[in-house]
Amino acid sequence: MLLVVEQFLNGLQFGLLLFLLAAGLTLVFGIMDLVNLAHGSLYMMGAYFAATFVAWSGNFIVGIVLALGATLLLGIVLEVVALRHLYGRDHLDHVLATFGLILFFNDLVRLIWGPAGLALPLPAWLTVPVQIVPGVFYPAYRLAIIAVALAVALMLYLVVMRTRIGMLIRAGASNREMIGALGINIKLLYTLVFGLGAALAGLAGLMQAPILTVQIGMGENILILAFVIIVIGGIGSIRGAFVAAILVGMIDTLGRAFLPDLLRRVLSSAAASTAAPALSSMLIYLLMAIVLVARPEGLFPANRR
Amino acid sequence: MAEPLLRIENLVRRFGGIVATDNLSLDIARGELHAIIGPNGAGKTTLISQLIGQLRPSAGTIRFAGEDITHLPAWKRSQRGLARSFQITSLLPDFTAADNVAIAAQARDGHSFRFFANARKETALRDAAHAALKRVGLGERADTLVSKLSHGEQRELELAVALATKPQLLLLDEPMAGLGSTESARMVKLLADLRQEVTIVLVEHDMNAVFALADRITVLVYGRVIASDVPAAIRLNEEVRRAYLGDQHVVTRHG
Amino acid sequence: MTSSLNARNVVAAAVVAGLLLLPLFSYLTSNVFVLTLFTRIVIFALAAVSLNLIMGYGGMMSFGHAAYLGIGGYAVGILAAEGIGSGFVQWPVALLVSALFALVIGALSLRTRGVYFIMITLAFAQMAYYVASGLSRYGGDDGLTIYKRSTFGGLINLSNRVQFYYLCLACLLGGIYLVWRIVNSRFGLVVQGLRSNELRMQAIGFPATRYRLVCFVIAGTMCGLAGALLANNTDFISPAVMYWTRSGDLMVMVILGGMGSLFGPVVGAIVYLVLEEFLSQVTEYWAMIMGPLLLLIVLFGRGGILGLLGRFSRG
Repeated sequence: MLLVVEQFLNGLQFGLLLFLLAAGLTLVFGIMDLVNLAHGSLYMMGAYFAATFVAWSGNFIVGIVLALGATLLLGIVLEVVALRHLYGRDHLDHVLATFGLILFFNDLVRLIWGPAGLALPLPAWLTVPVQIVPGVFYPAYRLAIIAVALAVALMLYLVVMRTRIGMLIRAGASNREMIGALGINIKLLYTLVFGLGAALAGLAGLMQAPILTVQIGMGENILILAFVIIVIGGIGSIRGAFVAAILVGMIDTLGRAFLPDLLRRVLSSAAASTAAPALSSMLIYLLMAIVLVARPEGLFPANRR
Repeated sequence: MAEPLLRIENLVRRFGGIVATDNLSLDIARGELHAIIGPNGAGKTTLISQLIGQLRPSAGTIRFAGEDITHLPAWKRSQRGLARSFQITSLLPDFTAADNVAIAAQARDGHSFRFFANARKETALRDAAHAALKRVGLGERADTLVSKLSHGEQRELELAVALATKPQLLLLDEPMAGLGSTESARMVKLLADLRQEVTIVLVEHDMNAVFALADRITVLVYGRVIASDVPAAIRLNEEVRRAYLGDQHVVTRHG
Repeated sequence: MTSSLNARNVVAAAVVAGLLLLPLFSYLTSNVFVLTLFTRIVIFALAAVSLNLIMGYGGMMSFGHAAYLGIGGYAVGILAAEGIGSGFVQWPVALLVSALFALVIGALSLRTRGVYFIMITLAFAQMAYYVASGLSRYGGDDGLTIYKRSTFGGLINLSNRVQFYYLCLACLLGGIYLVWRIVNSRFGLVVQGLRSNELRMQAIGFPATRYRLVCFVIAGTMCGLAGALLANNTDFISPAVMYWTRSGDLMVMVILGGMGSLFGPVVGAIVYLVLEEFLSQVTEYWAMIMGPLLLLIVLFGRGGILGLLGRFSRG
């Protein structure tokens, strides 16, 4: 029972983290129609920046904030220098170009930080287990992730739904040409949106950093999940990304935790231990396949023009 | 009256709160040339889309040659003899005019799971293609890429492609759109020729063409049929004049 | 037809001639490395040719094509590990299994279009990757060593570098020939037409999914053959072959060479792999050059290398 609660919270935490990553991706895709494979690289850079700045400043919070700023800046530079030239082109061109960027960033990181990964140790006050329910303890840091991610999700919701900028974003998602005709500075809007996406990716990366090692290629593994999420949720829909991310986070975590036991009841122990890890990894892809077969546009397709 | 080739019964199509097709019923007799006219927004294109299977009706039935085709996918309707031309030209741009027609002839022939023989060298298909092209006046342009054809030639090619599938019913969505006066006249003559072989449903704005060609005219306003009769009667119909033709003058072609 | 078309034909002829004479060159310069390099290139060229069939001619952007390299390779590897070393059994099994997977994956994926199609093919390739990683009996993550190459009853010795190279080349040329016949056949014209204007094709009576699926299966099977060759080439097969970035490599080769042309993928494979080899000798950080290079090619080099030599024309 305790295990279920713990795994449930882990699933929630993982799902929220995935949401941060997926939200940026779906925003960029929905508004600029840009397929950005290098989104995972921004996630990686967020983690590397965090590890570096925390070590350099000696203070966890300061390091985190600096890392976030650095990733935001990197995102903006990337958009202005390279990615804005891809708007309006074939998705295949996006895939190819951003694939090139992945290669570039992976080697850049190797050049600057070396091939071995980095570690980001947590300050003492975040390693304390917190008693959330009598008898049930959960690591403070993971609770912090949940709290921060939910706060960001709320902020995102408020910005997109309640502010003028948000209105422009939503309008841009449904009719690109029109907001251009309204005299809004499209270039600036797009740069800001991309920067926001980059910051979200960086945030996800740096939050995940203390839990997993910071290493080259960490972006690719999680990028796939982010794409699966936005496909399930519906491209361009933040609400869809949220629902899908939680779903994916839960299924993946609970699957990995409980599937081996479940299988062991049905199959022999040897068969179960070979099948379990493969099957757990596959669950999310299975989910996506099912959703795509049943509803090819995703669960919450955003209104396109 | 003999069994109509196309029978539309109580067709309804809603888009959210808007009723684009409002309980529409219409019969198209075999062998006639039936024109559908109406002001912009009357729901002509929505109707055509439902007839060819691109859009699902919210309610109602469509019967073609006695068979209920309301839920049949577009490609199956084509195989049953329902051909269409597009309002906005829709051809295979990377292929030549002859290729476009030959593929349509190939569709008619069935047997497209052949993997080795060079399809462009099949004399039967190529001859059929050239014949159709000559018919519409594009004989000289057979080997030209579609992207290099003029707009008028593309409209004619659309017709040739539709004909190559040897249809029973031809649904033409504004074939005159964007044509100059000589080209229009040529198209009218072509359609007059074709009506003897195939039933035609013609959606058009060009009133000269409509009144010159149609056996019957149906007038659509706000998704409903307000009149369906011979051209002479339509010309005199008060409601039609008010809604569409205007009391003072007859609207001629656009552009 | 025009001089630009002749330029492409010249390149194609040069490539074929070069590939045919390569072992001679290797022998004369006592450079074994170039032979092993080009064996690998030829195998990937075959995979790229198969991807070009669905991408360039069929308009289906599959981001999971490397899965078939793995499927074909594992068919050979698993049978070898179980004591079945005869190529006469291994290779047909590799083709059959690849075809079956392509059938299932295609039937599910082709219900989607555009970027959704890209993502779902990606997902299936990842699934294959994870399944292979979970095969602990056959090495799992670490991969499976193949101790003996496929035997063909004395007809050909795959351990002989030159013989193996020519076998791979024969497969490549056979693949190109097959693609050439297919794209100009009735079937091929339908598939190309569907890429050009699906709505129009449906309006004249072609059910899109059926034709695309068959095309997809053909391409998957051809890539499975490349996988069997790859397993023999490296005497080893691992899940890494199917990781999604490898599918990305294949896509790059096809786009680089020029999609929808017969020899484009071959040129693309040669350029990509030679560049990778050359750059990695120059610097350890070759990807830092390759990456932006890809970006520049996308921005300025429309139609790939062969596209630069003349307009897109039917193969």
